[in-house]
Amino acid sequence: MNDHKYNVDKSNSAAAYWQESLRLILGCLVVWFLVSYGAGILFADALNSIRIGGFQLGFWFAQQGSIYVFIVLIFYYAIRMNKIDRDHGVHED
Amino acid sequence: MDLKTLTYLVVGASFALYIAIAIWAKASTTGEFYVAGKGVHPVANGMATAADWMSAASFISMAGLIAFLGYGGSVYLMGWTGGYVLLAMLLAPYLRKYGKFTVPEFIGDRYYSKAARLVAVVCLIFISFTYVAGQMRGVGIVFSRFLEVDIATGLVVGMAVVFVYAVLGGMKGITYTQVAQYVVLISAYTVPAVFIAFQLTGNPVPQIAMGSELTSGGYMLDRLNQVVTDLGFNEYTQGNKSTIDIFAITLALMVGTAGLPHVIVRFFTVPKVRDARSSTGWALIFIALLYTVAPAVGAMARYNLTATIQTGEVGSPDGNLAYAERPDWFKRWEPTGLLKFEDKNGDGRIQYYNDKNPAFAATAESYGWRGNELTVNGDIMVLANPEIAGLPNWVIALVAAGGIAAALSTAAGLLLVISAAISHDLLKSTLIPNMTEKSELMAGRIAAAVAIMIAGYLGYNPPAFVAQVVAFAFGLAAASLFPAILMGIFSKTITREGAIAGMITGLVFTMGYILYFKGVFITPFAADIPANWLFGISPEGIGSVGMLINFVVAYAVSKVTAAPPQEVQELIEQIRLPAGAGSAHSH
Repeated sequence: MNDHKYNVDKSNSAAAYWQESLRLILGCLVVWFLVSYGAGILFADALNSIRIGGFQLGFWFAQQGSIYVFIVLIFYYAIRMNKIDRDHGVHED
Repeated sequence: MDLKTLTYLVVGASFALYIAIAIWAKASTTGEFYVAGKGVHPVANGMATAADWMSAASFISMAGLIAFLGYGGSVYLMGWTGGYVLLAMLLAPYLRKYGKFTVPEFIGDRYYSKAARLVAVVCLIFISFTYVAGQMRGVGIVFSRFLEVDIATGLVVGMAVVFVYAVLGGMKGITYTQVAQYVVLISAYTVPAVFIAFQLTGNPVPQIAMGSELTSGGYMLDRLNQVVTDLGFNEYTQGNKSTIDIFAITLALMVGTAGLPHVIVRFFTVPKVRDARSSTGWALIFIALLYTVAPAVGAMARYNLTATIQTGEVGSPDGNLAYAERPDWFKRWEPTGLLKFEDKNGDGRIQYYNDKNPAFAATAESYGWRGNELTVNGDIMVLANPEIAGLPNWVIALVAAGGIAAALSTAAGLLLVISAAISHDLLKSTLIPNMTEKSELMAGRIAAAVAIMIAGYLGYNPPAFVAQVVAFAFGLAAASLFPAILMGIFSKTITREGAIAGMITGLVFTMGYILYFKGVFITPFAADIPANWLFGISPEGIGSVGMLINFVVAYAVSKVTAAPPQEVQELIEQIRLPAGAGSAHSH
């Protein structure tokens, strides 16, 4: 492989890697926004008419549900990101 | 064994453990002192981060705040956990890849400017000292209540313990001590909560008990809503903040969390980029253990308190607890001033209701009530919890050790970033560039020692504004450091001039708004009420507006200044890839 081609490959790959990372991050942040600012704040009143046991749903999202979703989101992100790293050959050894 | 001896024993044993760990994990290089040699396992780092993050405020004050704010308390729950999502995805992995020691160092390199680095150092020192003063105060309060020594003695003991393990051990010592402190503080928090949940609902899991039926019938939250509205308060599940303010405060706390230097630096300590990602998840699991229990503790405490005071029907002549019949825990906490009774209508009974609600005034009048007679400090909700529930003495001793662990672990983490900022970002990079590693390590230790003295002094003589500046620290982090770091990673076009202008306008705007309403050092210019606020956003939430201003200014100034040099563009490219540039194609 000559030097010139190597560099082009590398920069294409880096750009593709970055685009894919950004898509994943953006997707996760949409969910992050929806469970906290959406379900827990902006639509809390509407969701409060739905009940799970003694919880009104909007209140539950604000004080419990959003936190659980945050945890799942971070691990989902970490696993997907590790896969993207490997697909693009930029993972650590 | 009496409570006092038992408490001394439990707290003493926890101190012995912390110091033993510090001696075992003594730091010998600057790498170990600043970032624990980058060799901490992600799960251990997650646990240490959780202890570092959960301060005296989380442990002692948060459940009480939620108990009185109800739904409005959600801002703390979402705000102080949601920031970890931002940290995991936007900052931690890239800063770990960058691979140096401090946050100002990153800002200085990315914005090719010593001035930017200095602005970051100033923000960092202000944010961290604000915080650390609050922690030392927490140590003092716990000592004076549970060990019955005066606050000064408590502070000196606390300072001595932090001194030994932070100054000797550096980041390495602190990290492993924090793992132990996490175990102590989480047990101390959950054990009483489990007992109380079981007593009230028959379900031992607080997160579920909160939404369960009481053993006496009816869902707890419904009964709570009923009784607090009968007493003139807003419904517990509705709260009393406006939607826009809840939105702004949550955002400021989330972004502020992600921008706090002592939290960010924790992710410099793990071996790899992918460890930085998963470690944030582990940190949030450990934090969530406390943060999902806290709202249950808050709701149960509010219910228990109201049920204790309002023994019969609201408004009936004998519906309120007679002062002479108050329970023992009530008597024990009265001398602390956290619980105060004043018999305004002279009937010898305790009336606890919302006398600030004009719509309820006539009703209260018809009951023969002459104003609220009970003042309750929120901190009591966690501290007196085991006594209210009638739990054994060892649980009370454990809560004391837990409160101290929460305060010490946070104080140590803060002191370390302060000392690193001084020895590494000020001395080594600016004033004495040819300092040897050995003398830099010594300078770091001296800086940590001096910072402890100042923190102890602030804890003993708290400036009147300590409580107010908590919001300040988050707002400043949100408006200054977070946008600068974020743009540094995700944009190649933001220039030195843009970043500095952005940080300064964000900082000045946020600080100005808070000063305007809170009047730190000066008298406030205007009353701190919703009618006066910009867009209805309180000073607590204004950091989110400061952040937007920072972004806009940085972008605009960067448009009209010369683009960042080639080597900075390359630095950004490198930070974005987990593998080293050279090893990217080696297989």
